[in-house]
Amino acid sequence: MKMIDFELSPKIRATKNMIHMFAENAIRPIARQYDEQEHEKPWELFKMVQKVMGSMMGGGLGGAESKEEKSESGEKKPRETNLMTAVTVEEIFWGDAGIALSFPGGGLGGAAVQASGTPEQREKFLARFAGEEPCWGAMAITEPEAGSDTANIKTTAVLDGDEWVLNGEKIFVTSGKSALEDSKGFVVVWATVDRSAGRAGIKPFIVEHGTPGMQITKIEDKMGIRCSDTVSLSFMDCRIPKDNILGSPEVMDKTKTEGFKKVMATFDATRPLVAAMAIGVGRAALDFIKQALAEQGVEIRYGISPNRMTVLEREIMQMEADLKAARLLTWRAVWMLDNGERNDLQASMAKAKAGAAVTRITQKAVELMGPLGYSRECMLEKWMRDSKINDIFEGTGQIQLLITARRVLDFGREQLK
Amino acid sequence: MVSFELSDEQRMVQETVSSFARDQMEPLMRESEESGTIPEEVIAKGWELGLLGGCIPEEYEGFGESLSALTSVIALEELGSGDLAMALHLMSPTVLAYAVMDQGTEEQKKSYLPRFCGEEFVPAACALVEPRYDFCPSALTTTAEREYDEYVLNGKKCLVALAKESELMLAFAATQPGMGFAGVQAFIIPRDTKGLEIGEREKNMGVNALATYPVTFKDCRVPVSAKLGGEEGCDYLRLLSRCRLGLAALAVGMSKRAVQHSRDYARERVAFGEPIGSRQAIAFMIAEMAIEVDATRLLTWEAAWRCDKGIDFCKEAALAKNYAADMAMMVGDRSVQIMGGHGYIRENPVELWFRNARGLAAFEGMVMV
Repeated sequence: MKMIDFELSPKIRATKNMIHMFAENAIRPIARQYDEQEHEKPWELFKMVQKVMGSMMGGGLGGAESKEEKSESGEKKPRETNLMTAVTVEEIFWGDAGIALSFPGGGLGGAAVQASGTPEQREKFLARFAGEEPCWGAMAITEPEAGSDTANIKTTAVLDGDEWVLNGEKIFVTSGKSALEDSKGFVVVWATVDRSAGRAGIKPFIVEHGTPGMQITKIEDKMGIRCSDTVSLSFMDCRIPKDNILGSPEVMDKTKTEGFKKVMATFDATRPLVAAMAIGVGRAALDFIKQALAEQGVEIRYGISPNRMTVLEREIMQMEADLKAARLLTWRAVWMLDNGERNDLQASMAKAKAGAAVTRITQKAVELMGPLGYSRECMLEKWMRDSKINDIFEGTGQIQLLITARRVLDFGREQLK
Repeated sequence: MVSFELSDEQRMVQETVSSFARDQMEPLMRESEESGTIPEEVIAKGWELGLLGGCIPEEYEGFGESLSALTSVIALEELGSGDLAMALHLMSPTVLAYAVMDQGTEEQKKSYLPRFCGEEFVPAACALVEPRYDFCPSALTTTAEREYDEYVLNGKKCLVALAKESELMLAFAATQPGMGFAGVQAFIIPRDTKGLEIGEREKNMGVNALATYPVTFKDCRVPVSAKLGGEEGCDYLRLLSRCRLGLAALAVGMSKRAVQHSRDYARERVAFGEPIGSRQAIAFMIAEMAIEVDATRLLTWEAAWRCDKGIDFCKEAALAKNYAADMAMMVGDRSVQIMGGHGYIRENPVELWFRNARGLAAFEGMVMV
């Protein structure tokens, strides 16, 4: 029945409660430890997660889509796979962003294979995430001279017989070490097969762990999400099988950028999830500050006029409304995806709102706690550091505004640069 | 199960009211604001939409089944996109009618609801806001003291829409001052009651097409039967929250229209050889405006959904209303800014949306869902 409804289905609610308990009891208690001990991993936790999630979700967030779809083939039941993922992600990230981000699973690399791989490729590369051992997938897009400007990618892929030969440098590869050194995973590398073709020439390639010619050259030290590894990769005559390209190798008409767009479409599914990540961290900070105020006997008078509110009340109410607004925008974006509707605008709106709102919420939370907020004995300062990444990765807040503006104004990239 | 899809009925209401707003309300917006009068025809045509009567059950001579806060906010958003003053004028009887329907005694329902189910528009006033810098709906200074079988009202009100034009007024007063929301009751008062004085029409910053008045109660005596809900009284915070949902929806509608206007202008206006919308400084403003309008709509829907589900929604309604007022100010301000000097000229609509937006923060009551 058509209706507006904000009640989570019993299935999602039950999962949400379960994940919350897990986040509270297994993740939160070790969150500080793995922030202070950067580059170390909670292996015990990962093994447990792999056992539970591997069987339940088909190998982490990136690979979540496939099983549901297959099992429901034939009957037309309303899907809520993406909503389930968004709700789950919020709970896990409420526990800790760094640890959650480094959970085993296909990640963005898995999502790309899922979105644009052939059935054979999916079978070959995604099965590993449902196995016994923790396993990771990663995505390598960014280069030292190409961040959000992905069309400017310089890494090359040249076909030589039955192999592609990759050459170039990649940076900011999330979980790159986990995928390539700590497990038998892979990385999806974006490279150009024809620089003169611009965006139409850019293709994604799957590179297996241990492939000669690929090397981890740097592991970054970061402001936040320290449990998650971020690496630089170098490719020197790195040879991969011809079949490891995602999508068609053809560089079509230069005006046609279908292949590029298809991979970019991965982001329509993952951007709302980054928003959900942000919301999880923001909620952690808001829960903390509200409890601290309650313990001090400070009451928030919700129904009173804005002209009678204290600064504290105004801040708390704005934080609450912002967080809720971000969550509702996120739910709308994933709901559209579940219903097969084009959601690129709504996905960008959700990420823009969530990234900005949560960056502000966590900063305000630190501010409202005075010197206590600045202390590493308290979690608030960590959440402020952790949350900032959500306004940056998978398209900065400004890129989201650009996408939103182009759609609202109905301007192409030439009319609005 | 989470869904953002309007029901067929809601979709129909949305489309009907939207075209009424476009075709009937908006063309009259500027003239009404300048002259301070709303043409009767537009109100008569608006009444024909049956938005109010459609919510009153048949046993009280209406032609609807129930009142849905969600459907109401969807309708109000569209009305708000037409013109705020006209929307508040047309929907002024909702406060009294819905308050009676929601919390009135059976006797009150029977005697007051049928009058709003006729073919002609019947205004009704709501006296809630008070002319004080420190006004707060939780601390009303208008009092109602019980004396035997009467209540005696004393105090001053302002922003009472259509006070002179209405036969009935729903007045809010503290029966237990200092008790916050719990200490406030509502009274249904005929206009000609002794001690009820309606002042000269107010002059406000915006919504000048809407006739609003100051009202003074001086030992104004009403029978106990005038108290909404009878001996038990009413849940004031619930009524106030339903009004807040209505104001939030109007803010969404008005701001939605302002975003469309800004978008169209930014596409057409050429400066330095290209549309101003081709510059990120303008484009990003519009993107943020669009995001905030959507965000506010969803907050309002969620609170209204809670209301319909019977879950506590007062906090959510307050958050949505305050968020909506801030959003409307941001959107109004930027709509003016995007047009530059042209935005400041009264020939263009944006300056009116900006002035109207400020009112939404100060308004309480005035419309109900």
